[in-house]
Amino acid sequence: MSRNNLGGIVQQKGTRHLMMRTLLFLTLGVFCLYYLIPLIVMIATSLKSLEEIRAGSLLSLPQDVTFDAWAKAWSSACVGVRCDGLKPFFWNSVAMVVPAVTISTILGALNGYALTKWRFPGADIIFALILFGAFIPFQVILLPMARTLGVLGLAGTIPGLVLVHVIYGLAFTTLFFRNFFIGVSSGIIQAAQIDGAGFFGIFFRIVLPMSLPAVVVTVIWQYTQICNDFLFGIAFTVGDSNPVTVALNNVVNTSTGVKEYNVDMAAAIIAALPTLAVYVIAGAYFVRGLSAGAVKG
Amino acid sequence: MNILKKALMVSATLTTIGPGFAGAEGTVEVLHWWTSGGEAKAVGELKDAFEAQDGTWIDSPIAGGGGDAAMTALRARVIAGNPPTAVQLKGPGIQEWAREGVLNSVDAVAQSENWDAVLPPVLADIMKYEGAYVAAPVNIHRVDWMWANPKALEAAGVTQMPTTWDEFNAAADKLMAVGIVPLAHGGQPWQDATVFEDVVLGIGGADLFRKALVELDQDALQSDMMIAAFDQLRKMRGYVDDNFSGRDWNLATGMVMRGEAGFQIMGDWAKGEFLAAGKVPGVDFLCAPTPGNGFVLNSDSFTFFQVEGEENIAGQQVLAGLIMSPEFQETFNLAKGSIPARTDVSLESFDACALRSHEDLLAAIENDALVPSMAHEMAIPRSIRGEFIDLVTNFFNSDMSSEEAVQSLAAAVARAQ
Amino acid sequence: MAPRTHSTVPLGQKIELWLPRFVVSPLFALSLFFVYGFILWTVYISFTKSGVMPNYSFEGLSQYERLWATPRLYVALGNMFVFSALFIGISLAIGIFLAILLDQRVRIEGVIRTIYLYPMALSFIVTGTVWKWILNPGLGIQNFVRKAGFEEFTFDWLVNSDYAIYTIVIAAVWQSSGYAMALFLAGLRSVDDEILKAAAIDGAGSFRTYFSVVLPIMRPVFLSTVIILAHLAIKSFDLVIALTGGGPGYATAMPATFMYSFAFQRSELGVAAASAVMMLATVIAIVVPYLYSELRGTKQ
Repeated sequence: MSRNNLGGIVQQKGTRHLMMRTLLFLTLGVFCLYYLIPLIVMIATSLKSLEEIRAGSLLSLPQDVTFDAWAKAWSSACVGVRCDGLKPFFWNSVAMVVPAVTISTILGALNGYALTKWRFPGADIIFALILFGAFIPFQVILLPMARTLGVLGLAGTIPGLVLVHVIYGLAFTTLFFRNFFIGVSSGIIQAAQIDGAGFFGIFFRIVLPMSLPAVVVTVIWQYTQICNDFLFGIAFTVGDSNPVTVALNNVVNTSTGVKEYNVDMAAAIIAALPTLAVYVIAGAYFVRGLSAGAVKG
Repeated sequence: MNILKKALMVSATLTTIGPGFAGAEGTVEVLHWWTSGGEAKAVGELKDAFEAQDGTWIDSPIAGGGGDAAMTALRARVIAGNPPTAVQLKGPGIQEWAREGVLNSVDAVAQSENWDAVLPPVLADIMKYEGAYVAAPVNIHRVDWMWANPKALEAAGVTQMPTTWDEFNAAADKLMAVGIVPLAHGGQPWQDATVFEDVVLGIGGADLFRKALVELDQDALQSDMMIAAFDQLRKMRGYVDDNFSGRDWNLATGMVMRGEAGFQIMGDWAKGEFLAAGKVPGVDFLCAPTPGNGFVLNSDSFTFFQVEGEENIAGQQVLAGLIMSPEFQETFNLAKGSIPARTDVSLESFDACALRSHEDLLAAIENDALVPSMAHEMAIPRSIRGEFIDLVTNFFNSDMSSEEAVQSLAAAVARAQ
Repeated sequence: MAPRTHSTVPLGQKIELWLPRFVVSPLFALSLFFVYGFILWTVYISFTKSGVMPNYSFEGLSQYERLWATPRLYVALGNMFVFSALFIGISLAIGIFLAILLDQRVRIEGVIRTIYLYPMALSFIVTGTVWKWILNPGLGIQNFVRKAGFEEFTFDWLVNSDYAIYTIVIAAVWQSSGYAMALFLAGLRSVDDEILKAAAIDGAGSFRTYFSVVLPIMRPVFLSTVIILAHLAIKSFDLVIALTGGGPGYATAMPATFMYSFAFQRSELGVAAASAVMMLATVIAIVVPYLYSELRGTKQ
């Protein structure tokens, strides 16, 4: 499990090496700038007062730094008639995202595993058919889905929303795992079978532990998609059970009212924090060598 | 599948769903898109008034796209079989839903409180389906307003607010000569359409407006007056700065506020932006109706959906009465920046622009010059409005000729009917 | 279900053989109903006179006639091709490039990776506003460069009907290329060490190792990334709405915004369904051959 035994492939020495490293960091830095500029603008705006923004300096640095907008976004901005900020809606998002991500990831892993390592006739066709679900426009499934949830008695509830996310996440989770497992040597599986391990035994003891990078990208994807979903959130939840994205939209959107850009920016960053935390935590598992220990068979 | 079931159950217990209990005076669940700032406060007034009568208010705020997101949710809710009690829904949209048979009548309340006598007839008709009230209006917004910065006008030697489009053009040319942007405008389809309909009113008066934009009369749509209206719109395109595309309306208002631009043509919600910045009407900014001696009406209303259960129906009736009560109409509209939908409410606490709006409204009713706004979904079905908006915004952003615009518009309208 | 049952009786082994199918079939059934069932429903609706709500009386092709007479449709379809090609191409290139760079034992990899990924976490409803400011000629880059002394500098794509679609590409690449990077990085990290060592012993140069040895192994990762990016491209909705609102005029209309505006803004469910059917047909025409060749290619 040593992660640095073969960190990169490039192994050079001397001045040429130094030059290459400098160039490497320079390039990485330029891209960092491209990705960061909008965030810098957002943070700068969130620290300005509304008067300063109205004076017309949208892209300059704040003259008087104030954290009022952040406080307001967190606990006193109006989301409809309730003026408690985004705070109360975080729990709804957690109650939705945790089961939805967990279930869809596990099912996707099982699917991918069964479709690649226990190939049966028609497995590829089934995979292709499941995969095509990734392209169905969410706008068209809204109404039949609403009816189905109504019939199931899940309309306007968080379990209903979880169900929707699991179903439409399946295409992606299956895709990630199937394409990861196809690269895993079948020798390991055969060896385990000879040792007497069964379908689930091999899955939980051998396959899952070595697929951490795939789990990471799947969780990042599902978490982001579900957390940032707005359409399903508005269509399948009611009022107090709205996820935080819907609340964020409610803070930000005004048809004929005064636009508070500073609060909008702060609210958007606050709403993104849990997702960012997932990126950081999950990112720790982006390591090489996980498959090394398992190949011993 | 066990895991799925279990997780569903767990998350069900984690979250409280829907209404907890019902009050003595009924329950309402209100779907609306007034979710932030002053608009949310205005709805808050309604909630407080409702709760003061021991009712239970369940709030379902869904903002986005000027109500599009809320309409999306509404469809899902109706199809799933649990519609909200009251929905912020306006204009001919009310009739569209009524035809689907999913609305409840509140005519009993309307009759006992005599709504017919206090609402402008044009507005009252919009609130009814087959003669019975199914919706209640909360306010009246005037669309044909022109906002101006007096200092900018002074600098350009413009002495008074224009009362015809020719005067407007003359004033705009003067502004341009001294390097001030004549017209602050945001290039979003609904803003383009707002300017367009105000231009039509100024060129052809309430008659042309009504024939072309409300009754969709093909002759009127292809008339010379309409061509003249597009000509004027083309002129106004020249008075807009280069960076107008996609600009939010409030940023355009900011340009007028700072004197970077002379005029803005926008409904009276723009006033809220001026007032929020501490500007005084008549001193720091001017308001005047756009040419045409008419009144382009925009009104928000709550529409009542078919709910079941005594509490919900009771709540619906109470809410309808509350919305139309003079006290509520006054407090709500002070918060929202519009004027009451009832014409008999005292306007003592309102500002000068609102007073002007009210006077003009009464005059327009008298002279039959009150017209419903096309751009703001008061006049025609949303499908046809969509065609108008597509065409107008395309005209504004291309070099299409006025003749071509008129012909394409007439064809598109015929297609959508 | 437990693995120990297998050795007792042959029946256990039989169950083991069938287990993969038992696992896959309920999930497959779900997607049959919720994907293909709903597609059929949409196809049917496209042949009806549905307006504000679904209406089930058959009307024939009238919605398609209306659809094909709408100029905005062709703008939307054209934009879909331009946007998808550029967005997928650029994101793939940046994704691979950054993943390879990050794979060179960069000490602060965690920080950089998070910086590349974070745009995906932010709601575009708000970041769209910021991009609008940055790209607006009067406020953003153009203004900035002009003030720095280059008076003639022009960057007005956002307000130019012919170029506005490219600003959406810029913002979309910003938002999603980090995730393409993450997918490739995960792929790189799962390549068998033995292969890398063997290549290193052979004396293959660093970039040659990547292009001749590593990337071909990662063909399935390419498939995942392309599918994900295509999904994002076809469904890009927030991006367009927040950045240009479909404008100037309707120059940046896309199939997703077209469908949404007809279904929920204009109360024309029938036309919306017809446009959805057309869009799905286009996607099938492009994706199915690609999937076919990929799946054949990865067969072992």
